[in-house]
Order: sequence, then structure tokens, then C-alpha cells
Amino acid sequence: MERSNVDLWVGVFVAAGIGALLFLALKAGNVDSIMKAEGYKVSAEFDNIGGLKAKAPVKSAGVIVGRVESVTFNNQSLRALVQLNLDKQFQFPADSSVSILTSGLLGDQFVGIDPGGALENLEGGDRVRITQSAIVLEKVIGQFLYGKMSEKNTD
Amino acid sequence: MTFVRKMLSRLGRASIDSIWKLGEASVFMGRVVSRSSIILRRPSLLVAEIHFAGVLSLVIIIVSGLFVGLVLGLQGYETLKRYGSTGAVGTLVALSLVRELGPVVSALLFASRAGSAITAKIGIMKTTEQLSAMEMMAVDPHARVVAPMFWGGFISMPLLAAIFSAMGIVGGYLITVVVIGVDSGAFWSQMQTSVDFHHDILNGVIKSVVFGTAVSAIAVYEGYASVPTAEGVSRAVTRTVVTSALAVLALDFVLTAFMFTGAH
Repeated sequence: MERSNVDLWVGVFVAAGIGALLFLALKAGNVDSIMKAEGYKVSAEFDNIGGLKAKAPVKSAGVIVGRVESVTFNNQSLRALVQLNLDKQFQFPADSSVSILTSGLLGDQFVGIDPGGALENLEGGDRVRITQSAIVLEKVIGQFLYGKMSEKNTD
Repeated sequence: MTFVRKMLSRLGRASIDSIWKLGEASVFMGRVVSRSSIILRRPSLLVAEIHFAGVLSLVIIIVSGLFVGLVLGLQGYETLKRYGSTGAVGTLVALSLVRELGPVVSALLFASRAGSAITAKIGIMKTTEQLSAMEMMAVDPHARVVAPMFWGGFISMPLLAAIFSAMGIVGGYLITVVVIGVDSGAFWSQMQTSVDFHHDILNGVIKSVVFGTAVSAIAVYEGYASVPTAEGVSRAVTRTVVTSALAVLALDFVLTAFMFTGAH
């Protein structure tokens, strides 16, 4: 094959390869994880986090506003300590509450933020006071069965 | 007693031989890499080898990627349908391609399409004494022939793997969204929330770079070390494909164990 032809095809090949990588990064992956948007960290303690994992989304009103940074156990309070990394462009009142929710019936768990009414906003390093733990399906079923049984006994 | 002695000494000979061969291959690769500056002085050599290893493998990679994506989409849809979460099929297709199938399958195809061709080319140059002729003319065949081939494979492989993964996702999209009718928004958005750039895509690229290095190194070494006869070259080509396939799968296990285990 002619030299210029070889050059052309190699150019096409390299361009296609880089194009495929860009396609994977932009269309298949999430772009915001490349940018590493400037964020601020907020912590919250839960009695039970269920199956929450690091990198799970943090949503408010259904919109992703950040990601779970880490999940650890606080040995002083004996509760789960969750670090949230929130996007700087989203500000929440200081008395907002966080809860652990499930997308769909068996979907992944994520953290939901319900904004409060305070005038000051949450800042980096703050701790969210009002938290609601994950609903553990086994516990709910257990309570339901227990309720049914006690109902029967009173009849 | 003599039988045990014979078996033991045979085992010892095999061990020494394989270690000796490993050392020989390392010395050879060291020599090739240390004389690679020729690809900066004469880039046209490298371009020709990228054409030989990459462009000529493009058709098989595109077609295989498309079909792997089609099959993944179909199988994933059939399974996810039972749980009523067919929107997650995009996640399934993208993660399995980007993390595993893209790098591994394209490395296996690359070994059988380009690796075998590289071995055959070098082997036949050796058989027809072209390499000796170069040495006679004070041209170093490591630099003139082997180094561009090695780097050509090294550069081509990650690009081929990326093309394979992208084509697979397109295939999965075609079969599930266009043909079956899964919601297009759910397909892309679920994929985007679960495919992480650093954790999934970058690790996939690292894998394909490692596989490309391994396959190219095996291919050029087997060609250079082949017995210069018709049969010797044919055996060298077979060894390239078999060794590359085993090396890719073993390396894949090790890399996966490092990359994708732990708290995620």
C-alpha cells in the first residue's frame, strides 16, 4: 500500500480509538466524576445504614447533589458515621434532615436530603442532626407479623 | 530408584529451561526497549506497524464488539425482564464490556489476528536470513524490525479495546432500545450513574495497556526466537497464540483482584 494511504488509515484508526474512549467517558460514564466538582463535606450519624455504600448518590428532590464519601463506624456513639460530599453549587439550610432511601423496591440505596427552614446554610465540616435510618425489610416484615399475631391474640 | 532419579532430573531440566527462556526473553525485551529511540527518529516505521497491527485488526474488532454487545443486550434483557428492571440492561452491558470483555476479548482477538502475524513476519525474516543480512550491513534488527513492531502493538491494543467496548455498547443499544423497545433514557441514565470514569473506564484502559504489552512482547519474542524452518515458524505462531491467551487470562485475574475488590 502507498505510504500516504497507510498514513491516512492509521490516522483514521487513532482518531476512532480516541473517539471510542471519549464516547465511553462522556456517554457511558458520568462526566461529573471526571471534573471532580468542588464540594464540601458534611457528616451524619445513623442508627442503621442498611446497604449504603461509598459513592452512592446523594439526592434532594430527586436530583443528584453529591456522593457518599465514606461509611465508617463511630465507636463513641456506636452509630454509623457517613461522610457526604456535596456539590458546592447546592446549598442547604442548616436544619435539613437526611434519610437513607431505596430506589425502587430492591434498588440501590441512596441518601436523601430534605431541606429545613433555617436561615444559615450547611457548611463544610458540619454535622446533620436530624437523620432517619434505612428501612430494613426484614425488620418491617417482622413487625408486621408480630402485629398480626398480637391482633389475633386479642380477638 | 533410577526411575525417580530420572523423573526428578527431567523436572529439574524443565524448570531450568523455562527460567532460562524467561531470562532470555527479558534480555531480548530489554534490548528492544533500550533501542526504541528509532521510532522517534523514523516515525514512519512505527506508523507502518500500527497499520499492520491495528488498522488491519479493525474489522474483526468492530464486528466482534458489535455482536458481543448484541448478545449481552439480549441475554441481559431476558434475565432482567424477570425482575422488571429492564432499564438496568445498559448498566449490565456497559460494565461488563468496559471492565472485562472489552480488554480481554479484544486482547484475545488481537493475539490471534495481529500477534500471530507479527510472529510469522519476524520468523520468516529470520528463516530467509533477512535478519542476518541486516546485521551484516550493521543494521540492528532489534531496532529496525522488532522495536517498531512491539510499539505498534503496544499503541494499537488500548485503542482496539476502546473501539471494541464502544461498539459493544452501540450493539447493546441497538438490540435493547431500537429492536426490543427498552426506554432510551433509562438505558443511558442508569448506565451513566453506575459507570465511574476512574474506577471502571480507566481501569479498563490500564488492563488493555497491560494486555497489549504482554501480547506484543510475546509475539515479537516468539518470532525472534523461532527455529528458522517452516515448521519452526508454524510452531512459533501457535505458541504466540496459546501463550498470549493464557497470559491475558492470568493477568486479567490478577488485575481484577487488585482493581475491583474492596469496598465499592
